[in-house]
Amino acid sequence: MPYVPHTPEDIRRMLGVIGEPTVAALFAEITPAMRPKSFDLPDGKSEMAVLAQLEDLARKNAVSHVSFLGAGFYDHHIPAAVDALSMRSEFYTAYTPYQPEASQGTLQAIFEYQTAVTRLTGLTFANASVYDGGTALFEAAMMAVRHTDRRKLVVCEALNPIYRVMLGSYTANLNLELVTIAHKDGNCDLAALTAALDENTAAVLVQNPNFFGTLNDFSALFAAAKEKGVVSVISVYPVLQSVLKSPGEMGADVAVAEGQSLGLPLSFGGPYLGIMTCTKGMVRQMPGRMVGRTVDTQGRTGYVLTLQAREQHIRRQKATSNICSNQALCALRSLMHLCLLGEEGLKRTAEIGIERAHYAAERLTAIPGVALLSTAPFGNEFAITLPVNAYQAIDKLTARGFVPGFPLGRYYPGLENALLVACTEKTSKEQIGVFAELLRGMLA
Amino acid sequence: MNTVFKKSDPGREGVWPAKADKSASEMLPAGLLRVKPAGLPSLSELDVVRHFTQLSRRNYGVDGNFYPLGSCTMKYNPKFTETVAALPGFTRLHPVLPQLKGAGRLCQGALEVMFETEQMLCEICGMKAFTLHPMAGAHGELTGVMIIAAYHKDKGNKKTKIIVPDSAHGTNPASAAIAGYEVVNLPSKDGIVDPDELAKVLDDSVAGMMMTCPNTLGLFEKNLPKIVEMLRKVDALLYYDGANLNAIMGKMRVGDAGFDVVHLNLHKTFATPHGGGGPGAGPVGVSERLVPYLPISRVEKLEDGQFFLNYDFPKSIGYVAPFYGNFGVVLKAYAYILRLGGKGLTRATENAVLAANYLRKRLDSVLDVPYDRICMHEFVASACNLSGCHVRALDIAKMLLDRGYHAPTIYFPLIVKEALMFEPTETESLDTLDQFADDLIALLAEARANPELAHNAPTTLPVTRLDETRAARNMELTDDL
Amino acid sequence: MIPKDLKYAKSHEWAKIEGDVATVGITHFAQEQLGDLTYVDLPKVGATVTMGAEMGSVESVKAASELYSPVSGTVTEVNAALENAPESINQEPYGAGWMLKVKLSGPVDGLLDAAAYEQVCAEEAH
Repeated sequence: MPYVPHTPEDIRRMLGVIGEPTVAALFAEITPAMRPKSFDLPDGKSEMAVLAQLEDLARKNAVSHVSFLGAGFYDHHIPAAVDALSMRSEFYTAYTPYQPEASQGTLQAIFEYQTAVTRLTGLTFANASVYDGGTALFEAAMMAVRHTDRRKLVVCEALNPIYRVMLGSYTANLNLELVTIAHKDGNCDLAALTAALDENTAAVLVQNPNFFGTLNDFSALFAAAKEKGVVSVISVYPVLQSVLKSPGEMGADVAVAEGQSLGLPLSFGGPYLGIMTCTKGMVRQMPGRMVGRTVDTQGRTGYVLTLQAREQHIRRQKATSNICSNQALCALRSLMHLCLLGEEGLKRTAEIGIERAHYAAERLTAIPGVALLSTAPFGNEFAITLPVNAYQAIDKLTARGFVPGFPLGRYYPGLENALLVACTEKTSKEQIGVFAELLRGMLA
Repeated sequence: MNTVFKKSDPGREGVWPAKADKSASEMLPAGLLRVKPAGLPSLSELDVVRHFTQLSRRNYGVDGNFYPLGSCTMKYNPKFTETVAALPGFTRLHPVLPQLKGAGRLCQGALEVMFETEQMLCEICGMKAFTLHPMAGAHGELTGVMIIAAYHKDKGNKKTKIIVPDSAHGTNPASAAIAGYEVVNLPSKDGIVDPDELAKVLDDSVAGMMMTCPNTLGLFEKNLPKIVEMLRKVDALLYYDGANLNAIMGKMRVGDAGFDVVHLNLHKTFATPHGGGGPGAGPVGVSERLVPYLPISRVEKLEDGQFFLNYDFPKSIGYVAPFYGNFGVVLKAYAYILRLGGKGLTRATENAVLAANYLRKRLDSVLDVPYDRICMHEFVASACNLSGCHVRALDIAKMLLDRGYHAPTIYFPLIVKEALMFEPTETESLDTLDQFADDLIALLAEARANPELAHNAPTTLPVTRLDETRAARNMELTDDL
Repeated sequence: MIPKDLKYAKSHEWAKIEGDVATVGITHFAQEQLGDLTYVDLPKVGATVTMGAEMGSVESVKAASELYSPVSGTVTEVNAALENAPESINQEPYGAGWMLKVKLSGPVDGLLDAAAYEQVCAEEAH
């Protein structure tokens, strides 16, 4: 059978050494009463047949549409070298670097990843990553709860609603108070956020750009938080961090991000990458793995998993988190991506996305009845209001090969006519032009 | 080897997109822009390719090295599953598409993969329903315990404790605690859970018990029927940690055996690559009474054969992931299950158990095997018999590295001193197992004769033993510190 | 190795009582069991500690242990040097490795003298 190399003769020999007559005898402790009531699975297939079956399924997905979907997850060009290098089996068929001498490749790569993401966010420390940006945000909130020994979290409603519902699910059993501060036309309400902070608040949680694509400088909010002993947590879009004011420059304590935009395909939701960085004062609260630099017995530089005494395999129920893995391969890909683009390449990627989005906004708002939801500055994503329900536009335009954006009414009652539109370096001006004309035609 | 940042040379062109007509400062207010550049490296494509190729050579992986790391199931990862996961029809699919109502028709293939995978996992485990959302084993545990909590809350039960046997995985107590429970540690007897010990801690305040079966000693929990009966009496739920499902798949179904919740590790049992520590996938299956509490969304099939996502489950624990889990990993596991089929999966189990018992017999004359009886897919030996010459499990692990093998899991489970936990898996040939056993036997003799050799290992790798105390004290976690 | 002028808790902390102030640390035996310490987590000045209750924790590379206060009272001083040099606890557990000064809330009762503590260590070493 495939992937099992034991011949009947091998099996006979092995049983001889074990001293059992049959393979079935090895399972004697599973009594007849405990045997499967059914195990009705299809017969195995050849590699060619399985590939053909999955190619058929892949064809049932429409991926040739021109898409303006973002909502926190973006279609960026991934340099070919990212695939070629990350598929080296020494990386992808290895496991957690428990034996550092035989894992210096993985360990140094994670160390370099930690360096790269701290440079992007302008903070001092990073962990080796968690599952995704939503988990990173929850873990950041828990860092603040442990650090301050307070139970209230102040959350901006313009923070990605998908992350907010995750936060709600995770904190349901933990006796925490979530206070959500309503957005104003897609803008963070900085005054209300500031006013909500008090001596019971563990953290204030915001996002830049926020879910509506709007940009903020949160320096004043974070300064106010610091005065009240509140931890400032910010979620960012790493591509735009090449040009936007960094969390460090704003005075944040913890910065997290969804790392998908750095070398990971959309792949229908995963695997993704939860980036976590923090200041020195918060590092003891950081969950998950971390890699540190040290020396070997001969004084040579080497890398090890470190600060493990915080983790579940040692602390058990007192651990900082139950997370015991990281998205090592995804972190590796993001590092390769950042190295291949470099400072200039990432900056270009950000600028071209912003430029395209600004062009798209101009073209779309030239259509009668279409307006920007907010007048605030935006990056590569923006919200427009339509004279019709956004779902109607989505239905009509997807039939013409365009996915025009995300319907904000799905998470924000009252914004049923609003559409969230994203551009990246892969969006061409021609595509924007056709999109605008299709929308104009539909609304006419 | 220098870090990639040290190799940077400003001016080298990487894989850059075209330049925008305007710079960020022309498009956005200055107050929103960063003052200090991020400081990413400037490298040519070859610089990057060479750096990571050289790094990769400083790693052991299953493709190049036998990797008997117990509990982690480092079996061979078939290459064709990578081809499947890389199909543009899957990689280019945006995760919010199904939320666009009618646009669900744009991702029918992906929804069908999810639906079919759930159906097959249900049949493999004998559960009523599965969710693919949890993104790792530990994430599955947390999801499972949250489901247990939701069940008791819904029934009005006042439950505060989760029982975790000492032979369970270390993550279990942490997961239970994060879900808000007090953890009760249960000592095992003769390597397995003892009903009399269980009776001492079991009362109405117990919400559930997390079991690994076979447990981390590789032993089957033969008191299982009795344990199920005892838990039922106090309305406590039984959780199955699926890390070791590869020992019973096709031979026993956890649902039939009375478990209420199970998480699987697709990267273990279903052969998806471990990626240096992730991504994995930790789907969770439940019995009928727990179906209402599964996370949302859930994939369903309409009578016309169309698939859609249903978000309307008022008793659900909510969202544990932004979307539908690590879809790319699920795809690989789905392809693997289709390739092997029901008989192939059963045969994988049989051969994994056969290989573990063979290796156990080959080694039990040179190492202590505290529970030296028929094991399942792995066994735990002890290096205590070498303590007389001051050779420890750690030394043996390092000596194995020098011979091109990844070490077994060491110092786990905690209930065996100087533990060495071996899991050969079904994909290693008899030749490999024999060579490994011969090499290990020779190595142990060398260590006895010359402990100094053992203490100095490894000597053939890029680094010798590393100063972990210094790493923890100095906290040099980035190139900038 | 067990100073005669100190009092000891079974959980391996020591207290030097001078008037209504106690200096607190962990014993030589404890630091030896823990191995090279890499981090100490201590309460802040002004915090209340209670005899037998958790007052902080110490970490080594592969272990973490809770610390239990040998006395009850209010923390008046914390050994800040330990933050950057936890190895002092390994090197001089009764000297530079001291952890807290505590203003006692009442008379101290129930601690062991050096001889009794030596007995505890002897038993645990087996």
